[in-house]
Amino acid sequence: MEFCDVLVVGGGNAGLCAAISAREAGASVMLIEHAPRTLRGGNSRHTRNLRLMHDAPTATLTGKYSSSDYWHDLLSVTGGRTNEQLARIAIAGTPLLLPWMDAHGARFQPALEGTLSLSRTNAFFLGGGKALMNAYYRTAERLGITIKYETEVRSICIVNGAVREVLAVAGGSSLRVKPKAVVVSSGGFQANLEWLREYWGDAAGNFIIRGTPYAQGLVLKNLLDQGVAAVGDPTQFHAVAVDARAPKFDGGIVSRLDCIPFSIVVDSTGNRFYDEGQDIWPKRYAIWGRLVAKCPQQIAYAVTDAKSNELFMPSLFPPVRADSISELARKFGIDAHALENTVRDFNRAVRPGRFDPNALDNCRTEGIDPPKSHWARPIDVPPFIGYPLRPGVTFTYLGVQVNESAGVVMQDQQPCANLFAAGEIMVGNILGQGYVAGIGMAIGAVFGRIAGEEAAKVALDSN
Amino acid sequence: MRLTQIEVHPVATEETARRFVEICNACRYCEGYCAVFPAIELRRQFTSGDLSYLANLCHDCRGCYYSCQYAPPHEFALNLPKAFAELRLQTYERYAWPRPLAALFRRTGLVSASLALACTLLFVFVKTPPRPNLPSGTAGAFYAVMPEATMIAITGTAFIFAVLALSLGVLHFWRDTGNGITVRASSLREALGDTLSLRNLGGGGDGCNNKDEAFSQTRRYFHHSLFYGFLFCFASTCAAAFYEHVLGRLPPYPLTSVPVLLGTVGGVGMLIGIAGLLQIKATADAAPVSKLLVDIDYCFLILLFVAAATGLLLLGFRGTNAMSMLLAVHLGVIVAVFLMLPYCKFVHGIYRAAALLRSAAERPRRASAAVQVKDAADA
Repeated sequence: MEFCDVLVVGGGNAGLCAAISAREAGASVMLIEHAPRTLRGGNSRHTRNLRLMHDAPTATLTGKYSSSDYWHDLLSVTGGRTNEQLARIAIAGTPLLLPWMDAHGARFQPALEGTLSLSRTNAFFLGGGKALMNAYYRTAERLGITIKYETEVRSICIVNGAVREVLAVAGGSSLRVKPKAVVVSSGGFQANLEWLREYWGDAAGNFIIRGTPYAQGLVLKNLLDQGVAAVGDPTQFHAVAVDARAPKFDGGIVSRLDCIPFSIVVDSTGNRFYDEGQDIWPKRYAIWGRLVAKCPQQIAYAVTDAKSNELFMPSLFPPVRADSISELARKFGIDAHALENTVRDFNRAVRPGRFDPNALDNCRTEGIDPPKSHWARPIDVPPFIGYPLRPGVTFTYLGVQVNESAGVVMQDQQPCANLFAAGEIMVGNILGQGYVAGIGMAIGAVFGRIAGEEAAKVALDSN
Repeated sequence: MRLTQIEVHPVATEETARRFVEICNACRYCEGYCAVFPAIELRRQFTSGDLSYLANLCHDCRGCYYSCQYAPPHEFALNLPKAFAELRLQTYERYAWPRPLAALFRRTGLVSASLALACTLLFVFVKTPPRPNLPSGTAGAFYAVMPEATMIAITGTAFIFAVLALSLGVLHFWRDTGNGITVRASSLREALGDTLSLRNLGGGGDGCNNKDEAFSQTRRYFHHSLFYGFLFCFASTCAAAFYEHVLGRLPPYPLTSVPVLLGTVGGVGMLIGIAGLLQIKATADAAPVSKLLVDIDYCFLILLFVAAATGLLLLGFRGTNAMSMLLAVHLGVIVAVFLMLPYCKFVHGIYRAAALLRSAAERPRRASAAVQVKDAADA
């Protein structure tokens, strides 16, 4: 049996913000991380930036991004499926993050040569999320936080509305911890294919999980089983289209493909199924994971030609190349005639226009369904190139309900006395659907700090 | 030095680096660390010359290794510092002139030690036979024990050979890494500034990594101590030549004279820098370091250490009977250093400076080639 004031379960961005905040509030803190040291940090190790409200330019942010701009961006991606009170707390907390992060070892990247299109809304971590995690872990070690790697929490025992003890497993032996307060920041369940199978059947076997394989959702399930109130649609996840050749887990940023606006996308029957040029890519980036997930065998193929080869970011694997459409189809293992017909019909439907890869241009199709509304050019210059696509799951929306103090709420709407949540495990309170770049890290950091401080308060009051 | 016998597979080394760089180009999270990543982002295909350029542009700060979400134990096992180090060794051999001497890179330790010994013996042979008592007033009068013409002929020949071999090497490097780039005066200034400041060893502000994820400026500062110490020693030699041939003053020069002051400060600076670098090297995390470079790295530092130490000893004991022997040893080591310059780690500075020049010259392309679909949307 081990004792501490505050136990933090899960060592990603939210967990470290909570652990550091609790420690600085005077509590003794233990942090339990499922992954080994080399793979620590949950999905945060794959992140790159966070979205910050600011009234004036800073060293790493241009222009201004007001609270109401932020709120409207959130409203538009969630379609209103958000808890406004919690969302406004998150947004209001973001301006305080820059100095806090800086003081705890975080370093940011100055906007380089003007290539970062998000420099108004998002601050970029120097070296990315893993570098940020390294900085936080160093700070945590310096502050005397006990860190237990390769330790998996199995049960958070809630008795009479309060956590009594926490059971974990480390290297085959069990660990019992008796904390005065607990912060859960152990993420969603997107890496738990068995759980996904409950909603998606065998399709789940074809999903690629972009982030950490440690997001098994065992803590989430354990809490929901004990009467903690749930938020978010359990069947839904955020997904983008990734290269089907990417690793099953942990492929991160490099598996994403930006070729879709300059391609046609067909399913395994060789037929198109959605308008590839509906809107500028950053706005439509996130819908393609779901679209591919609905395809037969959860696979699709982007097809384009030599003209478009260099219009999008390079990705992990070179494209599949062929001198003819039928050869490309054969390389993909799909019906060559069907693909040839699709490309022929598409090429015939393309109307002349002025191609502009950086704007909603007037290159579109007429007379086919689905149409391609922009960037439609005939696919006729060999070598033809293509990429196989799979749904790349980023995170799940199901989570625990929290109040404005990050306190976990039970099904009777009473808060659990000493249990708090931060990060992906509660992000569904604010993000009922959709996603906007860098908001996960922002919510994780703001609510991580709140959870850490509140947990320390509860723990120290009980002394 | 058994390690030199480890087999190197040139094609595999290059293929590994190419695969890593392609992953980096799809990720780009490290672009704030150093000049390597903006240079990667300018390219889609990576020729052998491109990889040579990138490998030599890399300052081995290792920041990207510790920040890498794809570093081992990830299945991509991305380890850019190690791959680049091995590729650098390969490029040193590729550009060496004359070609047959490229093989020396594989056994720099053995070759340097043998050369130093041989050259010392040569100077012992040519020096004036020792006399029981040096005439008073000849403390440090080197020409009394070593004919000036012989000394200059041997060291001068070695030096000119080194300059020639290094020049042809860097010319080969420049051609191999691509033509058709305009070098402006501003590029030269920028490259010079980057070379002298080691800005790229700064990890974006906090320095480089040695033992773990922690950043530190110590490696950079010790390198400065060695580098500027080396320059001071070189300046000391030039100052002595100026004294002798322009002012007509023959050595020995007093302790407060410019040549002696420059040489003393430079020599001490080199010793401090080398000791610091050796200590960092010996305690560094082995993961991002290649074993193939152990010999070449340590040998260069030790060779310079011996050169600086014998120089200071010579100064310290120039008034004693040991002077003539110390002079032979110091000159022997210096000639060995000169002869080894084109075939040891010294070339890293030359190729890196050239790579920095290319990087600076590419800046206008970087500014105009704003990435069109720069998506960080899902990060």
